[in-house]
Amino acid sequence: MKNSIAERVSDFLKNYPPFNLLTNKKILEISTEVKVIYLEKGKVLFNQNDKIHKYFYIVRNGGISLSKKSENDKTLIDICDGGDIFGLRPLISKENYLLDATANEESIVFGIPIEVFEAVSEKNLKINKYLITSFASKSFDPYTNEQSSNVFTDYIEKNNLVDSNLNSVKYTKKPLSCTVKWTVKEAAIKMSNRKIGCIIVVNDACYPIGIITNSDLKNKIATGLFSIDTSVQEIMSTPVITQSKNLTILDAQLQMIKHKVGHLCITTDGTSNSKLIGILTNHDVLASLGNNPTVILKEIKRAKKTKEIRKIRNKANLLLKSYLEQNIPLSHISKIISEINDSVTIRIIELSLKKMDSPPPVKFSWLAIGSQGRKEQLLYTDQDNALIFEDTDAADYLKTKKYFLKLASHITKSLHKVGYEYCPAEMMASNPEWCMSLSEWKNKFNDWIINVDDKAILLSSIFFDYNTVYGEVNLAKELSKSIFETLNERTLIYTFLGKEAIASPSPLGFFKQFLVENNGDRKDSFNIKKRALMPLINAARLLILSKNVSEINNTSQRFEKLAELEPQNKELYQSCAYAFKALLKFKTKQGILNNDSGKIILLESLTKEEKLKLKRCFKPIREIQELLSNRFNLKNIR
Amino acid sequence: MKLNWFSKKEKPVLPSYYLEYEASILQNKELPIKETRFIVFDTETTGFSRRDDRVLSIGAISLIDNAINVNDVFEVYVLQKVFTAETVPIHGILKEGRIEKITELTALKLFLNYIQDAVLVGHHVGFDIDMMNEILKRNNLPKLQNKTLDTGTLYKKSKHTVYQEKDKHYSLDNLCDELNISKSDRHTASGDAYITAIAFLKILSRLNKNDDLKLKDLLLD
Repeated sequence: MKNSIAERVSDFLKNYPPFNLLTNKKILEISTEVKVIYLEKGKVLFNQNDKIHKYFYIVRNGGISLSKKSENDKTLIDICDGGDIFGLRPLISKENYLLDATANEESIVFGIPIEVFEAVSEKNLKINKYLITSFASKSFDPYTNEQSSNVFTDYIEKNNLVDSNLNSVKYTKKPLSCTVKWTVKEAAIKMSNRKIGCIIVVNDACYPIGIITNSDLKNKIATGLFSIDTSVQEIMSTPVITQSKNLTILDAQLQMIKHKVGHLCITTDGTSNSKLIGILTNHDVLASLGNNPTVILKEIKRAKKTKEIRKIRNKANLLLKSYLEQNIPLSHISKIISEINDSVTIRIIELSLKKMDSPPPVKFSWLAIGSQGRKEQLLYTDQDNALIFEDTDAADYLKTKKYFLKLASHITKSLHKVGYEYCPAEMMASNPEWCMSLSEWKNKFNDWIINVDDKAILLSSIFFDYNTVYGEVNLAKELSKSIFETLNERTLIYTFLGKEAIASPSPLGFFKQFLVENNGDRKDSFNIKKRALMPLINAARLLILSKNVSEINNTSQRFEKLAELEPQNKELYQSCAYAFKALLKFKTKQGILNNDSGKIILLESLTKEEKLKLKRCFKPIREIQELLSNRFNLKNIR
Repeated sequence: MKLNWFSKKEKPVLPSYYLEYEASILQNKELPIKETRFIVFDTETTGFSRRDDRVLSIGAISLIDNAINVNDVFEVYVLQKVFTAETVPIHGILKEGRIEKITELTALKLFLNYIQDAVLVGHHVGFDIDMMNEILKRNNLPKLQNKTLDTGTLYKKSKHTVYQEKDKHYSLDNLCDELNISKSDRHTASGDAYITAIAFLKILSRLNKNDDLKLKDLLLD
């Protein structure tokens, strides 16, 4: 019998991952078994601790909120809208639900029967990967909003990714093993000698029967539950999860998540009834995936030439790519990339100092400003930096300034060679205006704050986000202190900073259409930096300055701090922090895709769901601008 | 025609498929709304005359506990001698189209077997019921015996008394606008049945605000 309804369901499903990875015929097969559920606002689809359903779900219309209950609190984890999938737990493990799913607005949801889905999709790797990343990012870290950076899950097909995930993992051969006759003490001594965190217990035929890890020693021995003379049999975890050696990275991840283990035993035929030949740890899986940041950092520190640093820095870009593909939370990614960026700068300064005829006459500090200062720089961007040197006698001043200008020009030139473009506005330490003594800096800031005008705002907004990368930290601290003293006397600057923050209206236009840049070749393109990121960056800076908080430069961290300081606006600030991370990740992905800074996005290149998801990030921008407008009385100025 | 008022009315011998259908109706127990099987259905016809026009397709969807099961839908196209070119633009069913068509009798058998004792729901359901009853009559069978609900009437009921306009006629399009339902696929039997089903779910939830709605509340007019 013809089934037009199923055809209609499949017309919808085929636009969304993971279904878009299946053939139309298979999607139709699934569609035929779909359950269409109508939920009024506030109706519950499943509750935390409910038995898992035979379905997982995709939102057809409306929105479903996922939240986690604790004793007296309910934390919103995510809101799923059109095309989002949720309720994946039954696909991965057979435990009860860990989240509540409630209709945030009137909604229609499709229930996808798991049995049918699994039969149809078989073991499609791409689908598994998509589901695992969605699942892991929604439920494994339920105590933070970190999973929100999952907003832009990489459903974009990337061949290199699939390849790397299909590679066999490099497991550790010759794992440590012992028999059941051993005592815990003997096993621990062997682990300690070999500096290895786990030992496999094997039987006479050398088949793995159990495992003891560092945490077993911590939880069962150090707590006094068992004595160190107990047989290893008493405390080992059993049975072990076994696999064959040609396991792919993806499968390994899947197995570990599924069984909630950090170790897989590799045996000759993949079952526990064959010889143990290796062990695969969580760490091995991570190490197999792309580059390792520790290695990169070490290489940078040892580099002797700018050229070398350039090569290493390019590796960091590969690392960044693979992190984004693995959907690692953005705050972790930016921490690592910032760390790499900082150490590149540090190494370059060290090498530049060697080029100078003499050591620095006085102490100095090298500041990263702008995005690098906020630790939000993921891709190569322009250089924004400055130098502060200690005050000197008037007689030595000129000589000192000359020395540091020369040093700075070595540094900026090297940074340029590594790949950081010169700042077109010359906001670099090699510019005499950005290479000054501490008192000169203090005066400059005081001037900006007291005689505030638009130009001063532009400059100061960059400088308020400084971060010491190299040299004497106290110089920068003293400068901050002086800035806040002046700020407390003068509040006019807040009005100017506020004006700047609301200058670009939130992109969520009246008709919920995108406001696009409509001049010349920027037609139908959207400037995500100007329209979405800058308003959030500016708002965070203004609010944090008005709270007299220094030393937090990162925009999302600023919002998180603000959420702490103003519990009444907690939700808004948290959603700003989340939107910022999501948008930055989006920009970074676009940049990698198009090999540029990613700040201009062609609307036609976005899928419908990407637009939807971008829009979701725009909501908090509008709300934070309203808050600023009220708080700093900006209504009449705009 | 011979009139035989006084002769004992001969009981017609009913075919087994109808007896099975009738048996399910007789065994019907009143269930809570949550467990009741509703069937939302719609027919596309050659026109609006009960006597002269014919059913071209039947689309139906079952609904239990606020959910539609896509694997429990019904969709048939009927082979008919009667054909009116004027209605083709509306329903899009061609006389010699590519869609597989079955005889009216087969369609009827399948339909009765599908609906069983479910509560039949439709938009201005009276017409669709009448059309089905005409098919039954042509095959010398009694009428449909299911309980029926009309989304037009129910929608009026769901509105606040103040806004109720007793005589207002709500078309399915009106309902889509007022209840915010997408109108894609209007005017295919299945499409209309699907849209009506969504409308029915929305209306039901409005009427069932206190979660204590009983079927008989819906049946009473």
